[in-house]
Amino acid sequence: MALALDDLKSKNQTADRAFRGATLAGGATIVIILGLIAWTIADKSRLAFKTEGLSFFTEPRWAPAANVYGALSFIYGTAVTATIAVLLAVPVSLGIALFTTQVAPSWLKRPIVAMTDLVAVVPSVVFGLWGIIFLAPKLTPVFKRVSGWFHGVPVLGRIFGPASSGRTFMTAGLILAIMITPIIASISREVMETCPLTDRDGALALGATRWEMIKGAVLTHSAGGIVGSVMLGLGRAMGETIAAALVIGSSAAITANVFSPGDSLPSVIAFEWGEATSDVKRSALIAMGLTLFVMTLIVNFVATAVVNRSMKRMRGES
Amino acid sequence: MTEKVHTMHEPADESVDSAARSTGGVAAPANKLIFSVNDLSVDYGAFTAVRDVTLGIYANDITAFIGPSGCGKSTVLRCFNRMNDTIKSAKVHGSILYHDIDLYGPTISATQVRRHIGMVFQKPNPFPKSIYDNVAYGPRLAGLKNKSELDELVETSLRGAALWDEVKDRLKSSALGLSGGQQQRLCIGRALAVKPDVILMDEPCSALDPIATARIEDLMQEIKQQYTIIIVTHNMQQAARVSDRTAFFTTEVNSESDRRTGVLVEYGRTDSIFSQPVDDRTEQYVTGRFG
Ligand SMILES: Nc1ncnc2c1ncn2[C@@H]1O[C@H](COP(=O)(O)OP(=O)(O)O)[C@@H](O)[C@H]1O
Ligand SMILES: [Mg+2]
Repeated sequence: MALALDDLKSKNQTADRAFRGATLAGGATIVIILGLIAWTIADKSRLAFKTEGLSFFTEPRWAPAANVYGALSFIYGTAVTATIAVLLAVPVSLGIALFTTQVAPSWLKRPIVAMTDLVAVVPSVVFGLWGIIFLAPKLTPVFKRVSGWFHGVPVLGRIFGPASSGRTFMTAGLILAIMITPIIASISREVMETCPLTDRDGALALGATRWEMIKGAVLTHSAGGIVGSVMLGLGRAMGETIAAALVIGSSAAITANVFSPGDSLPSVIAFEWGEATSDVKRSALIAMGLTLFVMTLIVNFVATAVVNRSMKRMRGES
Repeated sequence: MTEKVHTMHEPADESVDSAARSTGGVAAPANKLIFSVNDLSVDYGAFTAVRDVTLGIYANDITAFIGPSGCGKSTVLRCFNRMNDTIKSAKVHGSILYHDIDLYGPTISATQVRRHIGMVFQKPNPFPKSIYDNVAYGPRLAGLKNKSELDELVETSLRGAALWDEVKDRLKSSALGLSGGQQQRLCIGRALAVKPDVILMDEPCSALDPIATARIEDLMQEIKQQYTIIIVTHNMQQAARVSDRTAFFTTEVNSESDRRTGVLVEYGRTDSIFSQPVDDRTEQYVTGRFG
């Protein structure tokens, strides 16, 4: 019967099609823009790579006047400040997340969450300015005292070496740590909140104390998400331009001493772009942008892989 | 909490009627009294979920708690291992004596109580860890580190839970890859590994298919030689099949609020609860004529 079969055909597919078209267009736009960025940057970097070759990555000196364009100091500075930021931010953020999800009574939870979220909306230039006018001068004597304690101690004596200024790797790391704490804290809090009550009850019923329950159930459950949030924070710390630029000291240096001024990729690009007159220098700065882009991409890929693997393990697929 | 087991005596000075209730109406109890619950009431905030529960639990018995949903079966069960301590609004009144020791006494640690009195939950809740690590979790908490002792304990516990043969070749793979019934047996094994005296089960089969349910019921019969079991079930046939004693709870209209408070209606040998219930409400419930 033709009539009955007619009923099976869906009637109005226009809205459906329009929706599909819109999402497709949106997705395509993002891919196109990303591709365009990658292509432009890679293309404009070519000159630098052609003139400098691999030494662009291995040369510690950045001396445009002498036509020496090495990015190593800045890569190093980026890595060091981001590492300091993560090392400082992770314990604090996890502390906040654990406190808000496991310990704090509900009346205290809201204000803490609101306050950490507020830190996230402070513009980064404000952090940078606060770093220069307040933090850096206050930190100079602290750095001096700390480096005094470690004077002569192997390894640590070199890491916490002599300090002369408040604008250092450490200062930048500290500012970045404050900036990424809300990211790590809020994502960790969210994954911890998804820890099923049944997991927590299961641990407690086997005689776990509260801390043992947190370790065994909450942290096990949240491990993937926490790693992901830390990686996101790391990516943010690596890419952060202005706050780091203002307090890092802007002098290319590769040294174990975290109390020494240094410089980082985004900060150099921001400060030197305006006075970059030669094509090679411009290209070198762009190549640094590309380097940073690739570094953050790698961090993100690793993060995604780690998170996926732990999710899979949790679902019992491996 | 001490390991010391005091001499047992029946709860004293009670009227004949309530004594009959609280001892399960058995003239010559075969087993020792392991718990005596006295005037137990539990509030969640201002709401009294269940009140005035008085009953005795006997060692190596399977005791079933039955009754309509919301009558406080889980709430009462969770008092036996102080799981209600984890709910902020919950307040427990009355007492539960475990071998004459008040579980809610000021010097008693809830953590230690839970090592003596294990629990299996409604929804199988293995940790997102390997099968081995699930079973080893409790013993490790208790400080057992020796690898070979752990291996042995994991094996005996899994054998005890009738799961060993199915998982012995994949102890290192995730517990979440097991079927629902296997997961629940793993949870039983995990509880056994702590070497408790008592195992509380809150509707342990409600998420399982009939075959998996039958396996758990068989398992309960096997382990009752060594353990005392209290099981909450909404399934009357299950209570009738597995339990030695049955406590029937229902709800009563509350004088202070419009919410209904749970009460213990009748407690006794399972066969008499099902064949000759004393209370009308029990009869209506067990014959399926419940409102
Ligand atoms: N955590 C809780 N907070 C507040 N009320 C609760 C909580 N748990 C249970 N209740 C209430 O207590 C009563 C008894 O619940 P429960 O013990 O779970 O009943 P049952 O297991 O017999 O279905 C119900 O009215 C339920 O809504
Ligand atoms: Mg229940």
